[in-house]
Amino acid sequence: MSSPTREQVETARELLASLGDFGGHIKGDDIAHLEVHGNEVVGAHLVPGLQVDVDELDDGIEAWIHLDKGARIAKPVHLCFGMLPAAGLQRILMHVEAEEDSFASVQAHCTFPNAVDITHRMDADVVVGPGATYQYFERHLHGAEGGVIVVPKTRVHVKEGGRFKTEFELIKGMAGVIDFDYEVDCDAHSTLDMIARIIGRGRDKIRINETGHLNGEGATAVLQSHLALRDDAFAEIYNTLTASAPHARGHVDCKEIVQGNAVAKAVPIVEVSHALAHVTHEAAIGSVDSKQLQTLMSRGLDEDAATDLIIEGLLG
Amino acid sequence: MGVLELRDVTLELGGRRILNGLTVDFWEGHVHALVGPNGAGKSTLAGAIMGLPDYRHLSGEILLDGEPIQDLPVDERARRGITLAWQEPARFEGLRVDRFILAGARERSAATVERVLGRVGLDPEKYATRAVDKTLSGGERKRVELASILAMEPRLVLMDEPDSGIDVEALTRIFDALADFKERGATVIMITHSQEVLKHAEHAFLLCDGRIIDKGAVGRIDDYFGDNCLSCGHTNVPTRNEMAGVAE
Repeated sequence: MSSPTREQVETARELLASLGDFGGHIKGDDIAHLEVHGNEVVGAHLVPGLQVDVDELDDGIEAWIHLDKGARIAKPVHLCFGMLPAAGLQRILMHVEAEEDSFASVQAHCTFPNAVDITHRMDADVVVGPGATYQYFERHLHGAEGGVIVVPKTRVHVKEGGRFKTEFELIKGMAGVIDFDYEVDCDAHSTLDMIARIIGRGRDKIRINETGHLNGEGATAVLQSHLALRDDAFAEIYNTLTASAPHARGHVDCKEIVQGNAVAKAVPIVEVSHALAHVTHEAAIGSVDSKQLQTLMSRGLDEDAATDLIIEGLLG
Repeated sequence: MGVLELRDVTLELGGRRILNGLTVDFWEGHVHALVGPNGAGKSTLAGAIMGLPDYRHLSGEILLDGEPIQDLPVDERARRGITLAWQEPARFEGLRVDRFILAGARERSAATVERVLGRVGLDPEKYATRAVDKTLSGGERKRVELASILAMEPRLVLMDEPDSGIDVEALTRIFDALADFKERGATVIMITHSQEVLKHAEHAFLLCDGRIIDKGAVGRIDDYFGDNCLSCGHTNVPTRNEMAGVAE
Protein backbone atom coordinates (compact mmCIF):
# COMPACT_ATOMS: atom_id res chain seq x y z
CA MET A 1 0.00 0.00 0.00
CA SER A 2 1.34 3.40 -0.95
CA SER A 3 1.50 6.36 1.39
CA PRO A 4 -1.79 8.25 1.68
CA THR A 5 -2.18 11.70 0.18
CA ARG A 6 -2.80 14.76 2.33
CA GLU A 7 -6.47 14.64 1.34
CA GLN A 8 -6.69 11.00 2.37
CA VAL A 9 -5.08 11.77 5.70
CA GLU A 10 -7.69 14.45 6.29
CA THR A 11 -10.51 12.05 5.43
CA ALA A 12 -9.04 9.43 7.76
CA ARG A 13 -8.82 12.00 10.52
CA GLU A 14 -12.47 12.96 10.04
CA LEU A 15 -13.50 9.31 9.98
CA LEU A 16 -11.63 8.59 13.19
CA ALA A 17 -13.01 11.71 14.84
CA SER A 18 -16.52 10.35 14.28
CA LEU A 19 -15.55 7.38 16.46
CA GLY A 20 -15.16 9.63 19.48
CA ASP A 21 -13.23 7.84 22.21
CA PHE A 22 -12.65 4.86 19.93
CA GLY A 23 -10.74 6.85 17.31
CA GLY A 24 -7.45 7.39 19.07
CA HIS A 25 -5.86 4.10 18.10
CA ILE A 26 -3.49 5.16 15.33
CA LYS A 27 -0.86 6.59 17.63
CA GLY A 28 2.04 4.22 18.09
CA ASP A 29 4.24 2.33 15.65
CA ASP A 30 3.42 -0.98 17.31
CA ILE A 31 -0.30 -0.71 16.52
CA ALA A 32 -1.49 -1.98 13.15
CA HIS A 33 -4.43 -0.19 11.55
CA LEU A 34 -6.32 0.27 8.30
CA GLU A 35 -8.81 3.01 7.45
CA VAL A 36 -11.20 2.65 4.55
CA HIS A 37 -13.51 5.43 3.43
CA GLY A 38 -16.02 4.16 0.90
CA ASN A 39 -13.81 2.33 -1.62
CA GLU A 40 -10.60 4.14 -0.77
CA VAL A 41 -7.86 3.20 1.66
CA VAL A 42 -7.09 6.48 3.44
CA GLY A 43 -4.69 5.19 6.07
CA ALA A 44 -2.76 2.07 6.96
CA HIS A 45 0.05 0.81 9.13
CA LEU A 46 1.27 -2.77 9.53
CA VAL A 47 3.37 -4.61 12.08
CA PRO A 48 5.66 -7.64 11.63
CA GLY A 49 3.77 -10.92 11.22
CA LEU A 50 0.70 -9.25 9.74
CA GLN A 51 0.21 -8.78 6.01
CA VAL A 52 -2.67 -6.89 4.45
CA ASP A 53 -3.33 -6.50 0.74
CA VAL A 54 -6.16 -4.37 -0.50
CA ASP A 55 -7.78 -3.92 -3.90
CA GLU A 56 -10.06 -0.95 -4.34
CA LEU A 57 -13.33 -1.90 -6.05
CA ASP A 58 -15.96 0.36 -7.58
CA ASP A 59 -18.13 0.14 -4.50
CA GLY A 60 -15.75 -0.90 -1.74
CA ILE A 61 -12.62 -2.91 -1.18
CA GLU A 62 -11.34 -6.47 -1.24
CA ALA A 63 -8.82 -7.21 1.51
CA TRP A 64 -6.55 -10.16 2.24
CA ILE A 65 -5.40 -10.33 5.84
CA HIS A 66 -2.71 -12.86 6.64
CA LEU A 67 -1.17 -13.76 9.96
CA ASP A 68 2.13 -15.57 9.65
CA LYS A 69 2.70 -18.91 11.35
CA GLY A 70 3.40 -18.33 15.04
CA ALA A 71 2.97 -14.54 14.74
CA ARG A 72 1.67 -13.00 17.96
CA ILE A 73 0.30 -9.51 17.37
CA ALA A 74 0.57 -8.03 20.83
CA LYS A 75 -1.72 -5.02 20.44
CA PRO A 76 -5.18 -5.00 18.87
CA VAL A 77 -5.31 -4.44 15.13
CA HIS A 78 -7.69 -1.60 14.30
CA LEU A 79 -9.83 -1.54 11.19
CA CYS A 80 -12.00 1.45 10.47
CA PHE A 81 -14.66 1.21 7.76
CA GLY A 82 -17.05 4.01 7.07
CA MET A 83 -18.50 6.71 4.93
CA LEU A 84 -18.90 10.36 5.69
CA PRO A 85 -21.53 11.19 3.01
CA ALA A 86 -25.20 10.66 3.72
CA ALA A 87 -25.76 8.08 0.98
CA GLY A 88 -23.87 5.33 -0.80
CA LEU A 89 -22.74 1.70 -0.82
CA GLN A 90 -19.68 0.28 0.86
CA ARG A 91 -18.88 -3.34 0.13
CA ILE A 92 -16.10 -5.06 2.02
CA LEU A 93 -14.80 -8.41 0.80
CA MET A 94 -12.42 -9.81 3.34
CA HIS A 95 -10.31 -12.95 3.34
CA VAL A 96 -8.56 -13.76 6.58
CA GLU A 97 -6.06 -16.50 7.20
CA ALA A 98 -4.53 -16.94 10.62
CA GLU A 99 -1.79 -19.51 10.28
CA GLU A 100 -0.89 -22.13 12.87
CA ASP A 101 -0.31 -20.83 16.41
CA SER A 102 -0.76 -17.19 15.43
CA PHE A 103 -2.69 -14.67 17.48
CA ALA A 104 -4.45 -11.42 16.67
CA SER A 105 -7.25 -9.40 18.15
CA VAL A 106 -8.96 -7.19 15.59
CA GLN A 107 -11.17 -4.27 16.50
CA ALA A 108 -13.30 -3.10 13.59
CA HIS A 109 -15.09 0.21 13.93
CA CYS A 110 -17.79 0.93 11.39
CA THR A 111 -18.89 4.54 11.35
CA PHE A 112 -21.62 6.22 9.34
CA PRO A 113 -22.20 9.43 11.27
CA ASN A 114 -24.27 11.23 8.61
CA ALA A 115 -26.11 8.24 7.18
CA VAL A 116 -29.46 8.71 5.54
CA ASP A 117 -29.25 6.00 2.90
CA ILE A 118 -26.10 3.90 3.30
CA THR A 119 -25.60 0.21 2.65
CA HIS A 120 -22.63 -1.49 4.30
CA ARG A 121 -22.08 -5.06 3.15
CA MET A 122 -19.35 -7.32 4.36
CA ASP A 123 -18.63 -10.77 2.97
CA ALA A 124 -15.82 -12.45 4.81
CA ASP A 125 -14.20 -15.84 4.91
CA VAL A 126 -11.92 -16.64 7.79
CA VAL A 127 -9.64 -19.61 8.34
CA VAL A 128 -8.22 -20.00 11.82
CA GLY A 129 -5.29 -22.39 11.70
CA PRO A 130 -4.41 -25.13 14.18
CA GLY A 131 -3.76 -23.65 17.61
CA ALA A 132 -4.31 -20.10 16.32
CA THR A 133 -6.51 -17.47 17.93
CA TYR A 134 -8.40 -14.87 15.94
CA GLN A 135 -10.65 -12.40 17.70
CA TYR A 136 -12.85 -10.00 15.76
CA PHE A 137 -14.70 -7.27 17.62
CA GLU A 138 -16.97 -5.17 15.39
CA ARG A 139 -18.39 -1.98 16.81
CA HIS A 140 -20.90 0.08 14.84
CA LEU A 141 -21.45 3.77 15.41
CA HIS A 142 -24.41 5.12 13.50
CA GLY A 143 -26.02 8.51 13.31
CA ALA A 144 -29.36 9.43 14.81
CA GLU A 145 -31.32 8.86 11.59
CA GLY A 146 -30.74 5.13 11.29
CA GLY A 147 -30.39 5.24 7.53
CA VAL A 148 -27.93 2.35 7.35
CA ILE A 149 -28.40 -1.14 6.01
CA VAL A 150 -25.74 -3.38 7.54
CA VAL A 151 -25.29 -6.81 6.00
CA PRO A 152 -22.35 -8.71 7.50
CA LYS A 153 -22.00 -12.24 6.19
CA THR A 154 -19.10 -14.35 7.38
CA ARG A 155 -18.02 -17.95 6.97
CA VAL A 156 -15.40 -19.28 9.35
CA HIS A 157 -13.42 -22.50 9.64
CA VAL A 158 -11.66 -23.07 12.95
CA LYS A 159 -9.08 -25.82 12.68
CA GLU A 160 -7.96 -28.17 15.43
CA GLY A 161 -7.23 -26.40 18.70
CA GLY A 162 -7.99 -23.00 17.18
CA ARG A 163 -10.04 -20.26 18.83
CA PHE A 164 -12.40 -17.84 17.15
CA LYS A 165 -14.16 -15.12 19.05
CA THR A 166 -16.39 -12.51 17.50
CA GLU A 167 -18.40 -9.71 19.04
CA PHE A 168 -20.82 -7.48 17.14
CA GLU A 169 -21.92 -4.37 18.96
CA LEU A 170 -24.35 -1.64 17.95
CA ILE A 171 -25.33 0.36 20.98
CA LYS A 172 -24.98 3.99 19.89
CA GLY A 173 -27.13 5.53 17.18
CA MET A 174 -30.00 3.95 15.27
CA ALA A 175 -29.37 0.52 13.84
CA GLY A 176 -31.43 0.98 10.68
CA VAL A 177 -31.51 -2.46 9.08
CA ILE A 178 -29.15 -5.21 10.25
CA ASP A 179 -28.97 -8.60 8.58
CA PHE A 180 -26.23 -10.41 10.45
CA ASP A 181 -25.22 -13.87 9.26
CA TYR A 182 -22.28 -15.79 10.72
CA GLU A 183 -21.63 -19.49 10.22
CA VAL A 184 -18.70 -21.26 11.81
CA ASP A 185 -17.34 -24.81 11.41
CA CYS A 186 -15.33 -26.05 14.36
CA ASP A 187 -12.78 -28.85 14.18
CA ALA A 188 -11.58 -30.94 17.11
CA HIS A 189 -10.78 -29.14 20.37
CA SER A 190 -11.46 -25.76 18.85
CA THR A 191 -13.40 -22.98 20.57
CA LEU A 192 -16.04 -20.64 19.24
CA ASP A 193 -17.40 -17.64 21.09
CA MET A 194 -19.95 -15.50 19.26
CA ILE A 195 -21.66 -12.50 20.83
CA ALA A 196 -24.08 -9.93 19.39
CA ARG A 197 -25.11 -6.91 21.47
CA ILE A 198 -27.58 -4.56 19.85
CA ILE A 199 -29.95 -1.81 20.89
CA GLY A 200 -32.79 -1.31 18.44
CA ARG A 201 -34.76 1.92 18.36
CA GLY A 202 -37.28 3.71 16.18
CA ARG A 203 -38.22 1.49 13.25
CA ASP A 204 -35.02 -0.57 13.25
CA LYS A 205 -35.21 -4.02 11.71
CA ILE A 206 -32.70 -6.54 12.98
CA ARG A 207 -32.11 -10.08 11.86
CA ILE A 208 -29.41 -12.16 13.52
CA ASN A 209 -28.41 -15.56 12.23
CA GLU A 210 -25.67 -17.17 14.30
CA THR A 211 -24.72 -20.72 13.39
CA GLY A 212 -22.05 -22.97 14.82
CA HIS A 213 -21.21 -26.54 13.82
CA LEU A 214 -19.24 -28.56 16.35
CA ASN A 215 -17.82 -31.12 13.96
CA GLY A 216 -14.73 -32.21 15.86
CA GLU A 217 -14.22 -34.07 19.11
CA GLY A 218 -14.11 -31.79 22.15
CA ALA A 219 -15.07 -28.67 20.20
CA THR A 220 -16.89 -26.05 22.29
CA ALA A 221 -19.08 -23.07 21.46
CA VAL A 222 -21.10 -20.34 23.11
CA LEU A 223 -23.51 -18.28 21.01
CA GLN A 224 -24.95 -15.21 22.73
CA SER A 225 -27.41 -12.63 21.47
CA HIS A 226 -28.41 -9.83 23.80
CA LEU A 227 -30.76 -7.20 22.44
CA ALA A 228 -32.77 -4.33 23.84
CA LEU A 229 -35.58 -3.07 21.65
CA ARG A 230 -37.55 0.13 22.02
CA ASP A 231 -40.16 2.10 20.13
CA ASP A 232 -41.26 0.17 17.01
CA ALA A 233 -38.08 -1.85 16.53
CA PHE A 234 -38.32 -5.45 15.31
CA ALA A 235 -35.82 -8.25 15.76
CA GLU A 236 -35.66 -11.90 14.87
CA ILE A 237 -32.85 -14.03 16.17
CA TYR A 238 -31.90 -17.46 14.86
CA ASN A 239 -29.25 -19.23 16.93
CA THR A 240 -28.31 -22.60 15.53
CA LEU A 241 -25.83 -24.96 17.11
CA THR A 242 -25.16 -28.46 15.87
CA ALA A 243 -22.91 -31.04 17.54
CA SER A 244 -21.86 -34.21 15.75
CA ALA A 245 -18.73 -35.32 17.58
CA PRO A 246 -17.98 -36.87 20.97
CA HIS A 247 -17.51 -34.47 23.89
CA ALA A 248 -18.55 -31.49 21.84
CA ARG A 249 -20.12 -28.93 24.17
CA GLY A 250 -22.19 -25.90 23.37
CA HIS A 251 -24.56 -23.33 24.80
CA VAL A 252 -26.95 -20.87 23.16
CA ASP A 253 -28.06 -17.83 25.12
CA CYS A 254 -30.56 -15.36 23.71
CA LYS A 255 -31.89 -12.52 25.86
CA GLU A 256 -34.05 -9.68 24.66
CA ILE A 257 -35.64 -6.81 26.51
CA VAL A 258 -38.68 -5.40 24.77
CA GLN A 259 -40.22 -2.02 25.46
CA GLY A 260 -42.89 0.11 23.84
CA ASN A 261 -44.26 -1.40 20.63
CA ALA A 262 -41.10 -3.34 19.84
CA VAL A 263 -41.37 -6.96 18.75
CA ALA A 264 -38.82 -9.72 19.27
CA LYS A 265 -38.71 -13.27 18.03
CA ALA A 266 -36.10 -15.83 19.08
CA VAL A 267 -35.60 -19.21 17.42
CA PRO A 268 -32.91 -21.33 19.06
CA ILE A 269 -32.14 -24.48 17.09
CA VAL A 270 -30.08 -27.18 18.74
CA GLU A 271 -29.18 -30.35 16.89
CA VAL A 272 -27.12 -33.10 18.49
CA SER A 273 -26.17 -36.19 16.49
CA HIS A 274 -23.64 -37.85 18.78
CA ALA A 275 -24.52 -39.49 22.09
CA LEU A 276 -21.52 -37.98 23.84
CA ALA A 277 -22.17 -34.43 22.71
CA HIS A 278 -24.09 -31.96 24.84
CA VAL A 279 -25.72 -28.67 23.88
CA THR A 280 -27.98 -26.44 25.95
CA HIS A 281 -29.96 -23.31 25.18
CA GLU A 282 -31.84 -20.59 26.97
CA ALA A 283 -33.95 -17.83 25.51
CA ALA A 284 -35.73 -15.11 27.41
CA ILE A 285 -37.76 -12.29 25.94
CA GLY A 286 -39.61 -9.83 28.09
CA SER A 287 -39.80 -6.45 29.62
CA VAL A 288 -37.30 -5.21 32.14
CA ASP A 289 -37.36 -7.42 35.24
CA SER A 290 -39.59 -5.72 37.80
CA LYS A 291 -37.48 -6.69 40.80
CA GLN A 292 -34.35 -5.28 39.20
CA LEU A 293 -36.27 -2.12 38.36
CA GLN A 294 -37.68 -1.74 41.86
CA THR A 295 -34.29 -2.37 43.44
CA LEU A 296 -32.69 0.44 41.46
CA MET A 297 -35.67 2.73 41.99
CA SER A 298 -35.39 2.08 45.72
CA ARG A 299 -31.91 3.62 45.41
CA GLY A 300 -33.45 6.77 43.94
CA LEU A 301 -33.15 6.18 40.18
CA ASP A 302 -36.21 7.08 38.14
CA GLU A 303 -37.68 4.39 35.91
CA ASP A 304 -35.86 5.48 32.73
CA ALA A 305 -32.46 5.68 34.42
CA ALA A 306 -33.00 2.31 36.09
CA THR A 307 -34.02 0.74 32.76
CA ASP A 308 -30.95 2.17 31.02
CA LEU A 309 -28.67 0.75 33.70
CA ILE A 310 -30.24 -2.70 33.46
CA ILE A 311 -29.83 -2.67 29.67
CA GLU A 312 -26.26 -1.40 30.02
CA GLY A 313 -25.53 -4.44 32.14
CA LEU A 314 -27.21 -6.85 29.76
CA LEU A 315 -25.35 -5.47 26.75
CA GLY A 316 -22.15 -4.52 28.54
CA MET B 1 -44.06 11.68 67.00
CA GLY B 2 -41.97 9.18 65.05
CA VAL B 3 -39.93 9.89 61.95
CA LEU B 4 -42.18 7.41 60.17
CA GLU B 5 -45.81 6.93 61.16
CA LEU B 6 -48.40 4.57 59.78
CA ARG B 7 -52.00 5.47 60.53
CA ASP B 8 -54.76 2.90 60.12
CA VAL B 9 -53.07 1.32 57.08
CA THR B 10 -55.14 -1.37 55.38
CA LEU B 11 -54.04 -3.28 52.30
CA GLU B 12 -55.74 -6.12 50.45
CA LEU B 13 -53.98 -8.39 48.00
CA GLY B 14 -55.82 -10.98 45.95
CA GLY B 15 -58.99 -10.46 47.97
CA ARG B 16 -57.21 -11.05 51.27
CA ARG B 17 -56.60 -8.35 53.83
CA ILE B 18 -52.85 -8.39 54.55
CA LEU B 19 -52.51 -5.18 56.53
CA ASN B 20 -55.44 -4.62 58.81
CA GLY B 21 -55.83 -1.10 60.11
CA LEU B 22 -52.20 -1.04 61.18
CA THR B 23 -50.98 1.91 63.22
CA VAL B 24 -47.38 2.26 64.36
CA ASP B 25 -44.58 4.80 64.87
CA PHE B 26 -40.88 4.28 64.19
CA TRP B 27 -38.35 6.48 65.96
CA GLU B 28 -35.55 8.41 64.34
CA GLY B 29 -32.12 6.84 64.78
CA HIS B 30 -33.48 3.68 66.38
CA VAL B 31 -33.27 0.05 65.29
CA HIS B 32 -36.67 -1.63 65.20
CA ALA B 33 -37.49 -5.29 64.68
CA LEU B 34 -40.70 -6.66 63.23
CA VAL B 35 -41.43 -10.21 64.32
CA GLY B 36 -44.39 -12.45 63.72
CA PRO B 37 -45.48 -15.67 62.11
CA ASN B 38 -45.20 -16.31 58.38
CA GLY B 39 -47.93 -14.48 56.55
CA ALA B 40 -48.44 -11.92 59.33
CA GLY B 41 -47.77 -9.04 56.91
CA LYS B 42 -44.16 -8.13 57.78
CA SER B 43 -42.76 -8.05 54.24
CA THR B 44 -45.95 -6.45 52.98
CA LEU B 45 -45.49 -3.70 55.54
CA ALA B 46 -41.93 -3.12 54.28
CA GLY B 47 -43.18 -3.08 50.68
CA ALA B 48 -45.93 -0.62 51.58
CA ILE B 49 -43.48 1.74 53.29
CA MET B 50 -41.13 1.53 50.28
CA GLY B 51 -44.06 2.06 47.90
CA LEU B 52 -43.51 -1.03 45.76
CA PRO B 53 -46.13 -1.19 42.99
CA ASP B 54 -47.95 -4.25 44.35
CA TYR B 55 -48.42 -2.55 47.71
CA ARG B 56 -49.54 0.91 46.66
CA HIS B 57 -53.30 0.53 46.81
CA LEU B 58 -53.81 0.97 50.49
CA SER B 59 -56.00 3.06 52.70
CA GLY B 60 -54.75 5.03 55.67
CA GLU B 61 -51.66 7.20 55.84
CA ILE B 62 -47.90 6.77 55.78
CA LEU B 63 -46.17 9.88 57.11
CA LEU B 64 -42.47 10.73 56.84
CA ASP B 65 -41.62 13.70 59.06
CA GLY B 66 -45.35 14.29 59.29
CA GLU B 67 -45.75 14.50 55.48
CA PRO B 68 -47.92 11.92 53.72
CA ILE B 69 -45.90 9.79 51.29
CA GLN B 70 -48.36 7.01 50.48
CA ASP B 71 -49.03 8.43 47.00
CA LEU B 72 -45.36 8.83 46.09
CA PRO B 73 -43.62 6.35 43.78
CA VAL B 74 -40.68 4.22 44.93
CA ASP B 75 -37.96 6.44 43.50
CA GLU B 76 -39.37 9.58 45.10
CA ARG B 77 -39.52 7.87 48.48
CA ALA B 78 -35.92 6.75 47.94
CA ARG B 79 -34.87 10.29 47.17
CA ARG B 80 -36.43 11.26 50.51
CA GLY B 81 -34.13 8.77 52.18
CA ILE B 82 -36.08 5.48 52.39
CA THR B 83 -34.62 2.28 50.97
CA LEU B 84 -35.09 -1.46 51.15
CA ALA B 85 -32.72 -4.42 51.41
CA TRP B 86 -34.54 -7.38 49.88
CA GLN B 87 -34.71 -10.78 51.54
CA GLU B 88 -33.37 -12.16 48.27
CA PRO B 89 -31.53 -9.44 46.34
CA ALA B 90 -32.06 -9.20 42.59
CA ARG B 91 -29.50 -10.48 40.09
CA PHE B 92 -28.37 -8.12 37.36
CA GLU B 93 -26.80 -9.86 34.43
CA GLY B 94 -23.66 -8.06 33.30
CA LEU B 95 -24.07 -5.10 35.65
CA ARG B 96 -20.83 -4.50 37.49
CA VAL B 97 -20.75 -4.26 41.26
CA ASP B 98 -19.20 -0.78 41.19
CA ARG B 99 -21.86 0.53 38.76
CA PHE B 100 -24.58 -0.97 40.94
CA ILE B 101 -23.17 0.58 44.10
CA LEU B 102 -22.72 4.01 42.55
CA ALA B 103 -26.19 4.05 40.96
CA GLY B 104 -27.73 5.52 44.10
CA ALA B 105 -24.61 6.64 45.93
CA ARG B 106 -24.45 10.04 47.56
CA GLU B 107 -20.75 10.37 46.60
CA ARG B 108 -20.08 8.78 43.21
CA SER B 109 -16.40 7.91 43.37
CA ALA B 110 -14.08 4.93 43.35
CA ALA B 111 -13.29 5.73 46.98
CA THR B 112 -16.95 5.19 47.87
CA VAL B 113 -16.94 1.77 46.19
CA GLU B 114 -13.78 0.82 48.04
CA ARG B 115 -15.10 2.04 51.38
CA VAL B 116 -18.50 0.34 51.30
CA LEU B 117 -17.23 -2.94 49.89
CA GLY B 118 -14.58 -3.00 52.58
CA ARG B 119 -17.25 -2.33 55.18
CA VAL B 120 -19.20 -5.43 54.17
CA GLY B 121 -16.03 -7.52 54.03
CA LEU B 122 -15.65 -7.82 50.26
CA ASP B 123 -12.26 -7.08 48.72
CA PRO B 124 -12.79 -4.18 46.26
CA GLU B 125 -9.98 -5.48 44.06
CA LYS B 126 -11.81 -8.73 43.58
CA TYR B 127 -15.41 -7.61 43.60
CA ALA B 128 -15.76 -4.10 42.12
CA THR B 129 -15.63 -5.28 38.51
CA ARG B 130 -17.59 -8.49 38.93
CA ALA B 131 -21.20 -8.69 37.80
CA VAL B 132 -24.12 -8.69 40.26
CA ASP B 133 -25.33 -11.96 38.76
CA LYS B 134 -25.47 -15.67 39.45
CA THR B 135 -21.71 -15.87 39.74
CA LEU B 136 -22.08 -14.26 43.16
CA SER B 137 -23.41 -16.43 45.97
CA GLY B 138 -26.57 -15.38 47.79
CA GLY B 139 -24.49 -14.14 50.71
CA GLU B 140 -22.20 -12.12 48.44
CA ARG B 141 -25.17 -10.52 46.70
CA LYS B 142 -26.66 -9.67 50.07
CA ARG B 143 -23.41 -7.96 51.06
CA VAL B 144 -23.18 -6.12 47.74
CA GLU B 145 -26.74 -4.89 48.23
CA LEU B 146 -25.89 -3.68 51.69
CA ALA B 147 -22.80 -1.93 50.31
CA SER B 148 -25.03 -0.11 47.81
CA ILE B 149 -27.26 1.01 50.67
CA LEU B 150 -24.28 2.19 52.72
CA ALA B 151 -23.19 4.27 49.71
CA MET B 152 -26.66 5.77 49.48
CA GLU B 153 -26.52 7.01 53.10
CA PRO B 154 -30.28 6.68 53.62
CA ARG B 155 -32.35 8.04 56.49
CA LEU B 156 -34.48 4.94 56.83
CA VAL B 157 -33.47 1.39 55.96
CA LEU B 158 -35.93 -1.47 55.64
CA MET B 159 -34.16 -4.82 55.95
CA ASP B 160 -36.17 -7.90 55.06
CA GLU B 161 -34.66 -10.88 56.85
CA PRO B 162 -31.05 -9.67 56.73
CA ASP B 163 -29.76 -13.03 57.98
CA SER B 164 -31.48 -15.33 55.50
CA GLY B 165 -29.23 -17.48 53.33
CA ILE B 166 -25.91 -16.20 54.64
CA ASP B 167 -23.02 -17.58 56.68
CA VAL B 168 -21.71 -16.44 60.05
CA GLU B 169 -19.00 -14.21 58.54
CA ALA B 170 -21.50 -12.43 56.33
CA LEU B 171 -23.85 -11.98 59.27
CA THR B 172 -21.06 -10.31 61.24
CA ARG B 173 -20.56 -7.88 58.36
CA ILE B 174 -24.26 -7.16 58.24
CA PHE B 175 -24.15 -6.26 61.92
CA ASP B 176 -21.20 -3.96 61.15
CA ALA B 177 -23.32 -2.24 58.53
CA LEU B 178 -26.15 -1.98 61.02
CA ALA B 179 -23.77 -0.26 63.42
CA ASP B 180 -22.84 2.18 60.62
CA PHE B 181 -26.49 3.03 60.00
CA LYS B 182 -27.04 3.64 63.68
CA GLU B 183 -23.90 5.71 64.05
CA ARG B 184 -25.06 7.98 61.25
CA GLY B 185 -28.45 8.37 62.90
CA ALA B 186 -30.40 6.34 60.35
CA THR B 187 -33.62 4.61 61.33
CA VAL B 188 -33.67 0.86 60.74
CA ILE B 189 -36.66 -1.46 60.49
CA MET B 190 -35.68 -5.13 60.34
CA ILE B 191 -37.90 -8.07 59.60
CA THR B 192 -36.52 -11.13 61.27
CA HIS B 193 -37.13 -14.53 62.75
CA SER B 194 -33.64 -14.68 64.21
CA GLN B 195 -32.83 -14.16 67.87
CA GLU B 196 -29.27 -13.28 66.82
CA VAL B 197 -30.57 -10.41 64.71
CA LEU B 198 -33.10 -9.38 67.35
CA LYS B 199 -30.25 -8.70 69.79
CA HIS B 200 -29.28 -5.74 67.62
CA ALA B 201 -32.71 -4.11 67.82
CA GLU B 202 -33.82 -1.57 70.39
CA HIS B 203 -37.56 -2.05 69.98
CA ALA B 204 -39.64 -4.95 68.78
CA PHE B 205 -43.09 -5.11 67.26
CA LEU B 206 -45.16 -8.27 67.04
CA LEU B 207 -47.33 -8.58 63.96
CA CYS B 208 -50.24 -10.95 63.57
CA ASP B 209 -53.02 -10.82 61.03
CA GLY B 210 -51.76 -7.54 59.60
CA ARG B 211 -51.84 -5.75 62.95
CA ILE B 212 -49.35 -4.84 65.64
CA ILE B 213 -50.50 -6.94 68.56
CA ASP B 214 -47.67 -6.04 70.92
CA LYS B 215 -44.63 -3.83 71.05
CA GLY B 216 -41.92 -2.95 73.50
CA ALA B 217 -38.65 -4.33 74.83
CA VAL B 218 -37.00 -6.84 72.53
CA GLY B 219 -36.59 -9.53 75.19
CA ARG B 220 -40.22 -9.42 76.24
CA ILE B 221 -41.58 -9.51 72.69
CA ASP B 222 -39.20 -12.31 71.77
CA ASP B 223 -40.25 -14.31 74.81
CA TYR B 224 -43.91 -13.76 74.00
CA PHE B 225 -43.36 -14.79 70.36
CA GLY B 226 -41.47 -17.91 71.43
CA ASP B 227 -43.96 -18.90 74.11
CA ASN B 228 -47.18 -18.14 72.27
CA CYS B 229 -46.83 -17.61 68.53
CA LEU B 230 -44.64 -20.56 67.60
CA SER B 231 -47.05 -23.02 69.20
CA CYS B 232 -50.18 -21.08 68.25
CA GLY B 233 -52.81 -23.19 66.51
CA HIS B 234 -54.41 -20.36 64.57
CA THR B 235 -52.88 -18.72 61.53
CA ASN B 236 -52.70 -14.99 61.83
CA VAL B 237 -56.01 -14.60 63.59
CA PRO B 238 -55.28 -12.91 66.88
CA THR B 239 -57.37 -13.90 69.85
CA ARG B 240 -59.15 -11.42 72.03
CA ASN B 241 -56.42 -11.79 74.70
CA GLU B 242 -53.65 -11.04 72.21
CA MET B 243 -55.44 -7.98 70.98
CA ALA B 244 -55.78 -6.82 74.58
CA GLY B 245 -51.98 -6.63 74.70
CA VAL B 246 -51.77 -3.96 72.02
CA ALA B 247 -50.44 -0.74 73.44
CA GLU B 248 -51.30 2.14 71.17
